[in-house]
Amino acid sequence: MLKFIGKRLLQLIPTLFFVSVLIFSLQQLLPGDPALVMAGEERDPQVIEQIRKQYRLDQPLPLQYVYWVKGVFSGNLGESMRVKEPVLKLILEKLPVTMQLASMAIVIALTIGISAGVIAAVKKDTVWDYGANIFALWGLSTPNFWLGIMLIFLFSVQLGWLPASGYVRLKDNWEASLASTIMPAFVLGNAIAAVLMRHTRSAMLQVLESDYVRTARAKGLLERRIIVKHALRNALTPVITLGALEFGTLLSGAVLTEQIFTIPGFGKLIVDAVFNRDYAVVQGVVLVTATMFIVLNLLADVAYHLVNPRLRP
Amino acid sequence: MADTAQALPLTERMAVESPARRAWRRLLRRKGAVFGLCVLGVFVVFAVLAPLIAPYDPIVQSWSAVRKPPSFLHIFGTDDVGRDVFSRVVYGTRASLFAGVISVSIAVSVGVPLGLTAGYRGGLIDALVSRMTDAMLACPFIILAIALAAFLGPSLGNAMIAIGITTTPIFVRLTRGQAMQVKVEEYIEAARAVGNPRWRIALVHILPNIFPAILVQATLSIATAIIAEAALSFLGLGQQPPQPSWGSMLDSAQRFLTTAPWMAVWPGLAIFLSVLSFNLIGDGLRDALDPRSR
Repeated sequence: MLKFIGKRLLQLIPTLFFVSVLIFSLQQLLPGDPALVMAGEERDPQVIEQIRKQYRLDQPLPLQYVYWVKGVFSGNLGESMRVKEPVLKLILEKLPVTMQLASMAIVIALTIGISAGVIAAVKKDTVWDYGANIFALWGLSTPNFWLGIMLIFLFSVQLGWLPASGYVRLKDNWEASLASTIMPAFVLGNAIAAVLMRHTRSAMLQVLESDYVRTARAKGLLERRIIVKHALRNALTPVITLGALEFGTLLSGAVLTEQIFTIPGFGKLIVDAVFNRDYAVVQGVVLVTATMFIVLNLLADVAYHLVNPRLRP
Repeated sequence: MADTAQALPLTERMAVESPARRAWRRLLRRKGAVFGLCVLGVFVVFAVLAPLIAPYDPIVQSWSAVRKPPSFLHIFGTDDVGRDVFSRVVYGTRASLFAGVISVSIAVSVGVPLGLTAGYRGGLIDALVSRMTDAMLACPFIILAIALAAFLGPSLGNAMIAIGITTTPIFVRLTRGQAMQVKVEEYIEAARAVGNPRWRIALVHILPNIFPAILVQATLSIATAIIAEAALSFLGLGQQPPQPSWGSMLDSAQRFLTTAPWMAVWPGLAIFLSVLSFNLIGDGLRDALDPRSR
């Protein structure tokens, strides 16, 4: 097991290297002289010269990269041009907000996705199955920003049940906090529920045809017990690992969802940074999300090996 | 080949059906796929014949028709500066379909050759290409597309490039995996044994065999690309106003939800239906092209 983890960790090094090159080279896409762009409206030659010095733009590219990576390793992701604060501090401030949203979304997605998947598999080729499949197609095809707008229209404008925008911190007032995040969490969870439903359905169909389920049936066990204890438990393993890969979808979705519900999280941070041409923040957010995704992927892989006895050496 | 076909007796010749024809026949047997094709057909007609279908100019503003609810004059209502929402939805089809098809074409034309080379040649090239693919796939799709579009500058063209680049690693990984599976088949060994050069084996013997998988993925990727373009336009990084785009229409609609909710309904429904149609066609193609399914 340790050998496996070690091997996977070693494989991370080249991936992380390319991620860093990718993010560093984003800066090279800026049309024209980056110092000029970063200086914004001010075209004071002195300011431009200072920016050039500060960001080492006068040095050759590989050297700039080395300085940048060195900074990243010491926790320095640069400084926001707009609010003059370290990028890492901004990211750490916003992270808990998005994490709250993401955890709520995952709970919603697991609840809807797995139960719909189980029902669809057990009642294969019935109205229930078709219904669950239509739900999955709907979830995969609805743009989450449109769903968000429609929910605001229904629950905030028409019914007046929930706040249309804004965010209350969990520790300040948990009820208001849940009210302010339930709609965006549902929007985020909806798309992932669709993916989980499809995975659960196919995994369950496979397991339900297996020998041990037939044995359980032959023993005369209750069907409900067979489905929950024998089938679902085994079907869940691939579902959970594949579900971990949906973390990227979650973060992508958070960008637009937070924008619509004006929730001051991670997604809002990157959109605001894009509009304010705060490039260091954009790079920092991409770097942090990519690293989180890679680590989560590794954990999912390890977990998969741990729970699957056939993969153990 | 033509000679052998001629030599076949009539009954057998009728039984010989090209793979493309068979796939098409199977696709038409699936209700979902047929529905998808019909919906897509309507959107294609919208895009091509937009000037004939749209009753009003999609850009000209009219201060006497600001935020009018749907009526006989304006079936989808009007927006905050008096433009006909139906006309803008019709013209918006162009940006969305165009963005979907072009960005996926970029991804296919870069991703497939890279994946084919990596999968067939293996070794150092494979290691390099695979790690680069891993790195790109590690960045969440929309976040990478936003970052690229932000650095490239806001425009529909740059949005398509950004989405195309972000979609590329999916095709690299798919083609590589498929090529690795196919290259150990006996017919590839036979092709190598008779002295075919490597490029010929890759293009003539491997590529046609993995084409179905690429086609299915491309169809599903167009669906994702349409959502991505709408998302970028929603954020102001795609199609620039006053040119109509479903994403930017939703952006302005959001500010008038209390007074003009119809502004938000139609462009969103258009995105949903076009994405749904590509998803349905993609699912249908997957089943139709699968040799194991009957």
